[in-house]
Amino acid sequence: MSPLFRQSPRDSSPQDPLLTPVRFIDQRTAAAPMLKKTLRYLFPDHWSFLLGEVALYAFMVLIATGTWLSVFFDDHTSKTVYHGFYTPLQGVTMSAAYKSVVDISLQYPAGLLMRQTHHWAADVFVAAIVLHLMRVFFTGAFRRPRELTWTIGLILLFTAFLEGYLGYSMVDDLLSGMGLQIGYGVGLSIPVIGGPLMLAIFGAPFPGNTHFWTRMFIMHVFILPALLATLIAVHLGLVAMRHHTQFKESPRHTNKRIIGVPMFPGQAPRSLALMFFTVGILFLLGGLVQINPIWQWGPFEPWLGTNGAQPDWYLGWLIGALRLMPSFDVTISHFTLIPNPFWGGVLFPGLVLGILMAFPWVERRLTRDYGAHNLADRPRDHPTRTGFGFAFLTFVFLVFAFGAGDRVFVLFGLPYNTQLFAFRVALLVLPPAVFLLARKICRDLQGAEEVEQIQEEAEEEERRRSPTLLGT
Amino acid sequence: MRLWRWLVGFVLIRLLRRGKPAEEPAEQLPRRRRRPDRIIPVGTPERRAELLVVLFFALAVVCGIAFVVTYGIYKPRQLPDEALGLEMGLCLIFIASAFTVIAKRLVVTEELEEEYPSESPEEQEEIVEIVHESGSRITRKRLLVGAGAGAGGALGLASLTTVVSIGPFWATGPLDKTPWKRGVRLVDEEGRPLSAAEVEERTFYTAFPDGADPELIGSPLIVIRLDPSKLTLPPGRAGWAPDGILAFSKVCTHAGCAVALYRKPTFTPVEPNVALVCPCHYSTFDPFTGGQVIYGPAGRPLPQLPLMIDASGYLRAAGNFSARVGPGWWNVRSKPT
Repeated sequence: MSPLFRQSPRDSSPQDPLLTPVRFIDQRTAAAPMLKKTLRYLFPDHWSFLLGEVALYAFMVLIATGTWLSVFFDDHTSKTVYHGFYTPLQGVTMSAAYKSVVDISLQYPAGLLMRQTHHWAADVFVAAIVLHLMRVFFTGAFRRPRELTWTIGLILLFTAFLEGYLGYSMVDDLLSGMGLQIGYGVGLSIPVIGGPLMLAIFGAPFPGNTHFWTRMFIMHVFILPALLATLIAVHLGLVAMRHHTQFKESPRHTNKRIIGVPMFPGQAPRSLALMFFTVGILFLLGGLVQINPIWQWGPFEPWLGTNGAQPDWYLGWLIGALRLMPSFDVTISHFTLIPNPFWGGVLFPGLVLGILMAFPWVERRLTRDYGAHNLADRPRDHPTRTGFGFAFLTFVFLVFAFGAGDRVFVLFGLPYNTQLFAFRVALLVLPPAVFLLARKICRDLQGAEEVEQIQEEAEEEERRRSPTLLGT
Repeated sequence: MRLWRWLVGFVLIRLLRRGKPAEEPAEQLPRRRRRPDRIIPVGTPERRAELLVVLFFALAVVCGIAFVVTYGIYKPRQLPDEALGLEMGLCLIFIASAFTVIAKRLVVTEELEEEYPSESPEEQEEIVEIVHESGSRITRKRLLVGAGAGAGGALGLASLTTVVSIGPFWATGPLDKTPWKRGVRLVDEEGRPLSAAEVEERTFYTAFPDGADPELIGSPLIVIRLDPSKLTLPPGRAGWAPDGILAFSKVCTHAGCAVALYRKPTFTPVEPNVALVCPCHYSTFDPFTGGQVIYGPAGRPLPQLPLMIDASGYLRAAGNFSARVGPGWWNVRSKPT
């Protein structure tokens, strides 16, 4: 009978020292074939494929800095009087939560660095996901067999919105309290169930009871991060199982065969470089560029508010939508079926998510293209999709931009009311115009390429003919 | 001086030696191999790139140590977080630079090809077959599946029941609760009673119910004084504004923010009068007409609280609000209790 393992540890024949740990692992996991395959996993070479990686590395920074911050954060709203280091807040009554974050920022060594890096990482995390989403959309990389990856990516993005929102709401400074208040109002506006639902979540009418702060804390530091990590793992697993798409850079790049750089040695140092750049830039931002100086805002009380409050960038589209809606509630006798914040705060983001979720299936049906696609389109290859994508982006961006309308008024003196009117008109007019324009540009680019190809073929023909002409 | 010359000479000799062509890598690696050919092709060595990588790693070491030193030499509370961020960031960026050089110039970058994975129709069918054929001893499949689904559903329901503990789901009474009733005195943020005489025009005051929790959504008030002759309050609110002093809920009926701005008319053609403005989405309420919405997304007027002035000249509530306070929900238009 032959032994199960060809080599036992007693074998002392001269060998590569690296073989010892490799053999140790393989004998215990039988994973050598898989490990070898992983080392030689192919990455198509295109810069735009790195956007998702940036999001992954920002997430790692969020976990690391977030763990550090959680050691000092206090999730209580019980009132204390500040007698700390920062003079302007001396003697001010505030919640324990707010005090702990002021202390993290101004008292604990490296606390401000960690907090600001955490905040920057959250902004970069969502930005990288959004850019990555655009890349996947405009190259048609969401098509069969990658619809699940697309869907999970979208859930990831919207979970990230909620995670970020809870993160800055926990701080209990004036701005975060105003954001939480709006969240409560938007939640109440969900038809029929809004009231009971918000009462259940907050434990009491706004500002809620102590349970609410524990719930927010556990959501932000455990439940949502665990969900995000799981979704990221599934997302990456799906990518790896079906491989990346690739552009048709040469006749060798086909729907059947992938061409790329192996994970090791080619891709590994590139990814590591990107990782260290991302983390490095986040720490530089965290150290050098101030973000959300909460000690300046002061503590929140439900009866306080300030003009010019702006949320983090990724919630700007929601404040814009809430501000753009005309004033009306939908009522049935004395019952309020649809309170106003529902349109901008629930329906609008819901529609954006729904349209993006359904897009792979809708496009497939409309184009009758049910095939599997490993080749990524260039945006011009699919004028209608690109046109729709730009129109959709224009719509969302206009809503987003109006969220800062009050700041535009302060900075440039453009009256808010004029802006409101202009944006409402633009929202109806611009998206269709952008659709037609983008589609036309795509078609023109395609046309120009065809002309170029015909010219090249003609020149080729010419060259083939000329020697024979000379010969005669 | 001699030592200096000696050092320069030594360094020069080292550098010259370095310049010599590298030995064949194949000879450097006397390995026992089973296969005649290599997996990774041989690349040409790049000594200058190697030096650059070492340089970058060395700079990263300097930054990392500088971080520790900075942390150590400053007293807590005086720590320059800018310096810490700079050192940590640069340390990471130097490591990133080193890896960039490795990726671009030191690592063999192959361009390989392989098949995209396809589907496995045989296995798909086998999976279905395995599931089907496993049930050959079962005769009443639908009954069993139904019973199993019932058990699973009951278990799920039982588990979900515990969720009810999270909150008062259907007891929505608290959403409508305000501490205001006839006779409750108005106090300011410090708990000082508010007298009618101190309420001036052209400014606004925040007031709370005496002895109640100021954080309740039904607590905070805006108190203002207007010219009584200009008031056009809705019918049934006669006497709600003694001496032109009015009180409104401070919680916006749109999304619940504090109505914290008092608009001074700066441009009379469109803004003839003062108004109450919410800074979140710019819902604007007209105090002269009893809190009607004149701008912005709010769907309901700001609830007004009837006031009276007691014998000592202090402001007191003369009853509850004209409508339910706070952002809209299903039952918000019912009569306040």
